[in-house]
Amino acid sequence: MTLRIFIPRDAAAVSVGADEVASLISAAARKAGADVQVVRNGSRGMLWLEPLVEIERDGIRYGYGPVNPADVPALIKAGLLEGKLAAEIKSPLSIGVVDDHPYMKRQTRLTFARCGITDPVSLSDYRDHDGYKGLERALGMKPIEIVDEVAKSGLRGRGGAGFPTGIKWKTVHDTPMGQQKYIVCNADEGDSGTFADRMIMEGDPFLLIEGMTIAGIAVGATRGYIYLRSEYPHAQKALNAAIAAARKAGYLGPNVSGSGHAFELEVRMGAGAYVCGEETSLLESLEGRRGLVRAKPPLPAHKGLFGQPTVINNVLSLCAVPYIMAEGAKAYADYGMGRSRGTMPIQLAGNLKFGGLFETAFGITLGELVDAIGGGTLSGRPVKAVQVGGPLGAYFPRKLFDTPFDYEAFAARDGLIGHAGVVVFDDTAQMAKMARFAFDFCSVESCGKCTPCRIGSTRGRETMDKVMAGQNVEKNLAVIEDLCNTMKFGSLCALGGFTPYPVTSALTHFPEDFGRPAKKLAEAAE
Amino acid sequence: MSRFEPWSEERTLEIVAEHATLEGPLMVILHALQHAFGHVPKEAIPVLARELNLSRAEVHGVVTFYHDFRPELPGKHVLKLCRAEACQSMGCENLVERAESKLGVSCGNTSADGRVTLEAVYCLGLCATAPSAMIDGRVVGRLDAGRLDAIIKETQA
Repeated sequence: MTLRIFIPRDAAAVSVGADEVASLISAAARKAGADVQVVRNGSRGMLWLEPLVEIERDGIRYGYGPVNPADVPALIKAGLLEGKLAAEIKSPLSIGVVDDHPYMKRQTRLTFARCGITDPVSLSDYRDHDGYKGLERALGMKPIEIVDEVAKSGLRGRGGAGFPTGIKWKTVHDTPMGQQKYIVCNADEGDSGTFADRMIMEGDPFLLIEGMTIAGIAVGATRGYIYLRSEYPHAQKALNAAIAAARKAGYLGPNVSGSGHAFELEVRMGAGAYVCGEETSLLESLEGRRGLVRAKPPLPAHKGLFGQPTVINNVLSLCAVPYIMAEGAKAYADYGMGRSRGTMPIQLAGNLKFGGLFETAFGITLGELVDAIGGGTLSGRPVKAVQVGGPLGAYFPRKLFDTPFDYEAFAARDGLIGHAGVVVFDDTAQMAKMARFAFDFCSVESCGKCTPCRIGSTRGRETMDKVMAGQNVEKNLAVIEDLCNTMKFGSLCALGGFTPYPVTSALTHFPEDFGRPAKKLAEAAE
Repeated sequence: MSRFEPWSEERTLEIVAEHATLEGPLMVILHALQHAFGHVPKEAIPVLARELNLSRAEVHGVVTFYHDFRPELPGKHVLKLCRAEACQSMGCENLVERAESKLGVSCGNTSADGRVTLEAVYCLGLCATAPSAMIDGRVVGRLDAGRLDAIIKETQA
């Protein structure tokens, strides 16, 4: 019987040697004449264990990690290729049954259910693991019923803004038929600390294709584009392979699964502009122009790509749809808290012992994520600050660790969950420097269309330089606060509008880093 | 020998023709030009403007808006170091300094011998295996001084 060995093709695994490990194991198997099939799966998301090598015994997967190329000979010697029982393969790298690992056990994987399990570019694997069940059910419904189902699930835009997906779809559904409508997937995942889009596109690309196909049928759009950032070449390859396979099998094309609906899909590459993650800038870029932000209204739902009605959703929003359609809106909405329904694939990153992807229902606290699941800092030093939601997200100190992961709860504490990236910093971080970086990043990436963002970010960086040099600290900090106010309320989009979040949160929670007296204990305990 | 073909109008026209039927083809064409020529030379701009019925200013505007499109040929190797927050939390700035001093070039420039172009990148999506880098399209995670030195040595071979 063929032994199956799984070694991820995920870029994070590859970045730490998965390709070398895979070729060493394949070569050893050939040499030994062992009947072994190496499957390049997606990542399970336990990224500190990458490269994670898994073997399958009676349908159960056992893991070893992190396996460096230098560890391969010992694993082979221990009997990796011999079909022994997993318990008989002695290795210090053994983690036992992967599904029983506490990191996996604590998750609720709806969107990432298949990621790491299947061969990402095998359509038959996808179908064998409940793939295309959502589409199948959708094809038996009226388009408006699909829209209603998504609305009832409570799904909100996972890109950061948290806008109800069902309302977006309804708006495009209600525009007159007979005109070209589009589904655009925002795969310009530029936020530092986020990699869920990348992981799912590399690890389960058919899921995104299915989600977009359902969206197309629901709103009457026959064309879709995935706008993918150029920093993700592995995702590009996986998506193109999956699109070709889906087209060949009739899941894409002029007659999707014999339903009479047409849907075509194409991947387009960005070119290194962060602002193109903003939806209107992205549309400009797709049209072949500078990524200048558009004023709204008109909304993309009315006048989007090439002026046509367009649904533009984040990768994770679209990837949540197949589950909602297959299992029903209620099954999804049963998870979560308040107005944040369902699950969120949270990304634990930066200076953390157990960094990775952790999908869970809304409501888990920031402290649980950082300490209990992330295991604290990799450096072993105390956690100083946690930035949630990318470069435009607020820095949270330990005293706010009781904040539950929920759109409204984070907003109430002057933060945002954004695309759910959590970046942990230890006590060596200098928060004034981080505030300066926020302005600097904004000034480099600003599209330049509106003044508060274009000028404010540059003045902000200059003023932070003065603060850090100890010049007229209080006066200059007053300028910073004023600039932040102007940017927050006067910018055209979230780049300028949210840059104040990291700046003011750093200033509020870590005043001593800015040359201000540290908060009194009583005040800090509030 | 450069790994790129020299720019020619003829080849540019071929590339434009290959993508002419796409909706909004300019970005796709620019990527294809850079793939072929290693950069988007200024000589290409009037050709694109003429073929796509755009003004030269419009094409120039697009080429210069995006960080990816190079006006000049890169070095023999391109080393990108991530400098975004997650990598900062793991000390990437020390590695940037190390690379700059070892290569004698600052981020955004090519070493005098033309061997290495050193660039900053803002997020490769490898934030749980930080700090990260990309060398000639190959991703590298858990970068430390030793791994960086090995990469630099590779580029000097």
